[in-house]
Amino acid sequence: MSDLRDLYQEVILDHSKKPRNYRRMEDSCSRAEGFNPLCGDQLVLFVKVASGIIQDISFEGSGCAISKASASMMTGAVKGKTLEEADRVFEHFHKMVTGQPGDPFDAEILGKLAVFSGVCEFPARVKCASLAWHTLKAALKGEGQQVTTE
Amino acid sequence: MSTLAKASAATAPGAGPAAPFDVERVRRDFPILDQEIHHGKHLVYLDNAATSQKPQVVMDALGRYYGADNANVHRGVHRLSERATEAYEGARRRIRQFLNAGEDREIVFVRGTTEAINLVAHGWGRRFFKAGDRVVVSEMEHHSNIVPWQMLRDELGIELAVIPMDDEGQLELEGLEELLTARTKLVSVVHVSNALGTVNPVERIVQLAHARGVPVLLDGAQAVPHIGVDVRALDADFYVFSGHKLFGPTGIGVLYGKAERLEAMQPYQGGGDMIRSVTFEKTTYNVIPYKFEAGTPHISGAIALGEAIEWFRALDLAGVEAHERALLELATRKLREVPGVRIIGTAREKLGVVSFVMEGVHPHDIGTVLDLEGVAIRTGHHCAQPVMQHFKVPATARASFALYNTASEIDALVAALAKVREVFC
Ligand SMILES: Cc1ncc(COP(=O)(O)O)c(C=O)c1O
Repeated sequence: MSDLRDLYQEVILDHSKKPRNYRRMEDSCSRAEGFNPLCGDQLVLFVKVASGIIQDISFEGSGCAISKASASMMTGAVKGKTLEEADRVFEHFHKMVTGQPGDPFDAEILGKLAVFSGVCEFPARVKCASLAWHTLKAALKGEGQQVTTE
Repeated sequence: MSTLAKASAATAPGAGPAAPFDVERVRRDFPILDQEIHHGKHLVYLDNAATSQKPQVVMDALGRYYGADNANVHRGVHRLSERATEAYEGARRRIRQFLNAGEDREIVFVRGTTEAINLVAHGWGRRFFKAGDRVVVSEMEHHSNIVPWQMLRDELGIELAVIPMDDEGQLELEGLEELLTARTKLVSVVHVSNALGTVNPVERIVQLAHARGVPVLLDGAQAVPHIGVDVRALDADFYVFSGHKLFGPTGIGVLYGKAERLEAMQPYQGGGDMIRSVTFEKTTYNVIPYKFEAGTPHISGAIALGEAIEWFRALDLAGVEAHERALLELATRKLREVPGVRIIGTAREKLGVVSFVMEGVHPHDIGTVLDLEGVAIRTGHHCAQPVMQHFKVPATARASFALYNTASEIDALVAALAKVREVFC
């Protein structure tokens, strides 16, 4: 059966209480807003890209533990990566959280993000986990977009 | 208060005095309640404001209709169609009795509360509203009583005025008279708030509006499952509700309208059943309520809703009300004792709903932890975002009760909240 601790792993709780890269960025080269109308999660993502590499990334917002932790850990995971690498991580992350429990995932590419593997057992929470990632995609595509999970 | 008092005296006609309310016996009518929802966790269903569960008689009515009586209504000369029509119109009569409406033709079958409000917006609003006219709603409306009027605002140039509420979640009626200008064409307010549980003083609102000649629509979605409603005593011009929150099936609901109001309205949809005669030059519309029931209706749903209402009315309603009041009081008291919990909506008159937030924990996370403990609640904005904005919260957790809930289920809720604190605090 799905257990509480499968979802709320210590790392996730820690990131939700003390989100990393949680700040405004005045000189970002792109930003995007993410919104999950179902639960009211809201975040603004700031990204600085140079020479095809994510130089800096930060966010602000409010939301549930899963969405906050996911945003926090995403910023850590993609900082310093090329846009293609970030895209690849997203693909793998998305596959993991929308897959079946027990499906294999690429631990090497996902690294610490593997703590979100329990999310797939909670269909109602998949959107919380992927909100930050969809927002990143929007930010990289163009300025000032708003994405929703609906 | 007067509608509540009347509810206490109500018994189903011809049913004789009902047996004293016994929650354990009533629970046996709801097979769904008796299940393990997660391993080792019995279902505790506290999401009744979203939709109620259905008693066995309602499921039986659906099966019986399709198994024995299924035919189209108002069309066939054959026996089966007559039977289906009788059952369908019988359901209309039961609903008329339930609401104490004057005539069967004042009961229009719709899909639910949302469609009923949209029907009035189209049939009454589009017909009679002009640019500069005003519709008055309240700050605690469900989106279904905001958006249809906004659509008319954008289309016709009417304005939307809002009765404000205080920080207890009670409407501030002092300003209502000023809102009721000569251009005010409708007051449309919720009877019982789904986000807060507030019971609004709808008698007073109707009086004030009628004193200015303004008709009133009441959204009774959260009222009818708990209290007897007498639309004539309330003198409501329109009263709307959804069957699925009243122990009936989804996809069926009711628009009650005073006959002269319904007659003045333009049809909502065109098609079969709503017409008298059709030529390519001219169509004559059918009489009410059929003018608003274009196409084959949700026949089985209407019949099963009639059954749900009959089931409900056969209960000891004074006992039901006392039981539900006790549940709400118990839940409120126990939630207040949970550290970090703040109840959103503390009106003096409340029914069926406790909305709350917990310091340091997002409602969505509360909902997930509670679910794993078997406790089903709703989290989110409850389709009432202006209420969330008023209380400056992104969302709330909401436990909502029905007559089959028990004190031990409230204990389960409180125990599950202790688990939430264990994980997050
Ligand atoms: C007060 C209120 N009004 C309107 C609605 C809309 O009802 P439905 O979705 O059945 O049309 C609801 C139900 O969510 C409600 O609680």
